[in-house]
Amino acid sequence: MNYIVIAFLFFSILLYVVLGGADFGAGILEFFTSDRNRNRTRKTLYHAIGPIWEANHMWLIIAIVILFVGYPVIYTEMSIYLHIPLIIMLMGIIARGTAFVFRHYDAVKDNMQYVYNRIYIASSFVTPLFLGIIAGSVMSGRIDHNANTFYEVYIASWFNLFSIGVGFFVVALCGFLASVYLIGEADNEDDRQRFINKTRHMNIVAVACGILVFVAAQMEAIPLLNWIIFNPVGLIAMISATVSLVLLWYLIYQGKSIILRPLAAFQVTMIMLAISYAHFPDFIIVKGGNNYSLFEHHAPEKTLHALALALIIGSLFILPALFYLYYSFQKREDLHS
Amino acid sequence: MDDFFAARAQMALSLGFHIIYACIGMVMPFFMAVSHYKWLTTKNIAYKNITRAWSKGVAIFFATGAVSGTMLSFELGLLWPTFMKHAGPIFGMPFSLEGTAFFIEAIALGFFLYGWNKFNPWFHWFTGVVVGISGLASGILVVAANAWMNSPAGFDFVNGEYLNIDPIQAMFNDAWLSQAIHMTIAAFAATGFAVAGVHALMMLRGKHLIFHARAFRIAILFGAIASLLQPISGDFSAKDVAKRQPAKLAAMEAHFETQKAAPLIIGGIPNEKEKNVAYAIKLPGMLSFLAHGNFQQEVTGLDTIPEENHPPVAVTHFAFQIMVSIGVFLMIMSIIYLIALKKKSWLQKQWFLKLFVLATPLGFIAVEAGWTVTEVGRQPWIINGVLRTADAVTPMPGIAYSFYLFTAVYLILSVAVIFLLKRQIKMVSALYDEAAQTEDY
Repeated sequence: MNYIVIAFLFFSILLYVVLGGADFGAGILEFFTSDRNRNRTRKTLYHAIGPIWEANHMWLIIAIVILFVGYPVIYTEMSIYLHIPLIIMLMGIIARGTAFVFRHYDAVKDNMQYVYNRIYIASSFVTPLFLGIIAGSVMSGRIDHNANTFYEVYIASWFNLFSIGVGFFVVALCGFLASVYLIGEADNEDDRQRFINKTRHMNIVAVACGILVFVAAQMEAIPLLNWIIFNPVGLIAMISATVSLVLLWYLIYQGKSIILRPLAAFQVTMIMLAISYAHFPDFIIVKGGNNYSLFEHHAPEKTLHALALALIIGSLFILPALFYLYYSFQKREDLHS
Repeated sequence: MDDFFAARAQMALSLGFHIIYACIGMVMPFFMAVSHYKWLTTKNIAYKNITRAWSKGVAIFFATGAVSGTMLSFELGLLWPTFMKHAGPIFGMPFSLEGTAFFIEAIALGFFLYGWNKFNPWFHWFTGVVVGISGLASGILVVAANAWMNSPAGFDFVNGEYLNIDPIQAMFNDAWLSQAIHMTIAAFAATGFAVAGVHALMMLRGKHLIFHARAFRIAILFGAIASLLQPISGDFSAKDVAKRQPAKLAAMEAHFETQKAAPLIIGGIPNEKEKNVAYAIKLPGMLSFLAHGNFQQEVTGLDTIPEENHPPVAVTHFAFQIMVSIGVFLMIMSIIYLIALKKKSWLQKQWFLKLFVLATPLGFIAVEAGWTVTEVGRQPWIINGVLRTADAVTPMPGIAYSFYLFTAVYLILSVAVIFLLKRQIKMVSALYDEAAQTEDY
């Protein structure tokens, strides 16, 4: 049963990164769009994510519920040591969701739009940045049970080169996912070309940030490279991600847009797999050993059983409805002309 | 501000904020379903406009409710890590089901809000109903989790350890049913009266009478039925609390001394040091009757409960009085509305509309007061009789700053939502003028 719950945990985090990430990326792209095109981009973006964005963010709720029901010790540990980045991320989630809805549902379109847009863009950047920082901190080994000053316990746990590097990597990844997604949503050739260009830029930035993460890991003596290279699953996943990068650039030159989406999602999946499998089953790496493992720090069997059952039944309802939602609101080729 | 107090204040603020949005988000879809149904069956454009106008409000409330709910699922751990470490595996079942219900709600809302003229009209209508049903299910499940804190079940507490955990038994604890019924009805009453009040105000101003009168009628129908049912559910809840949480009941009633034929204390100012209530009206034997269905039966007072386990009496008592008096007032309003259904002329009278405008915020004040009774009345326990709130709080210092931050954010959000709603209501004229002209009452 533990394996089933772990699988659900992995997939809900993955889906949050891919779907929610594309969502965050949309706000990041808005920032990198010239004033001339911004309104058009905003419109495309609204049509593309309006109906689905709330559903995309539900994956975070599912992941957090799995953590506190199935792995309460891990959830508690994160809540204590990563309190500050979690709060900042939450503020980002609140600001972003409300600004997105408010700007659309404000019946009067006046200067307030400027305020909503600013908040939306800023929080689209801050939220994934801190999501990444949290992810980085969990595996950075900076959580220290023997620390006793406020700085050591509550700040050094996440305020380090590696965690922040992962944060920026996640931001770049979001921008990349969004531009790939929006290529297929553009309703004219001009926009399409713009999003293709954005995809190129964001991909370069993401790769650069990825390399920086490895450099930061080396500097902070985090054995990230060893974890991945000396682990068959990690190695294969990393190689797949790299090979698919070449394929991605080839497809961009060929102008194939729809196939880019699954490919981009595949890359993110491989990266997530490599990173999470690297220290599996440890979830939180603690300074000086005593890591928090998904195998040891789980809820009693009966709870896991009930949780797994709830998740399986839940997904029977959620997945078909979700697919139908995406299907119904995707931009169809036949409407294109 | 001391960290423990700050943590409690932040939690209270977050819950108090979220509950309003959650209620509206789970009840409004039913109002919309009715007007939407009327639009589909009568093809009367006013109903379509009402549905669309409401759906914009729901979009705003749902988004705010969803993000504040996300926040809460983290805050449980951020503020009460020790509680979540132990409670998570026990009372997590309703949360994991709620995740599904919430997810379905978000999906259905996407279909509903963006699906006008896109789907078969009845499929579109159905997605709106699904929003309501899954919202309601979410609400009930979350209340079931709260009920577990009042009435812990599904584990054995041995030497400080939580053994033999049974999450299903925990979900169906003794308090879940009475609490779920009470809260669901309250959500309908509060939202019904709030929405009806806003439309009554617009009628008073003489604007778009047909539009607002129809909207008023749908909302008040739900509000009135719920308010008439609520006293029955309240009685059921009170008897339940008397059985399971005598300390809470005693605090609600400011009942200091254990006695037979206990009086019901109405109003008054409880003095926790001298253990008496000044300026109260006392109805002999009524408390015994309300709590146990018998005028003579003994009712446990605070004197039989160790001092360190006393909840704050004054806050609980005041909150309870506010909730009950508003409940009674709304029940009377509902009866007035039923009479008005016979005496149609009332519906256009100034005093009638003013009365409903006055009632706009009352339901939500009662909801907040009711949650204050539940939560403050359970103190000093976070898990009744098992874990103290003070032992569950985060070790992180400086929670006061986090409290200030949350206060600022919720304040800004509340102002923003009110601002947006005002603008929405103003725009009714521009959007729906063409519809109003051909219709009459």
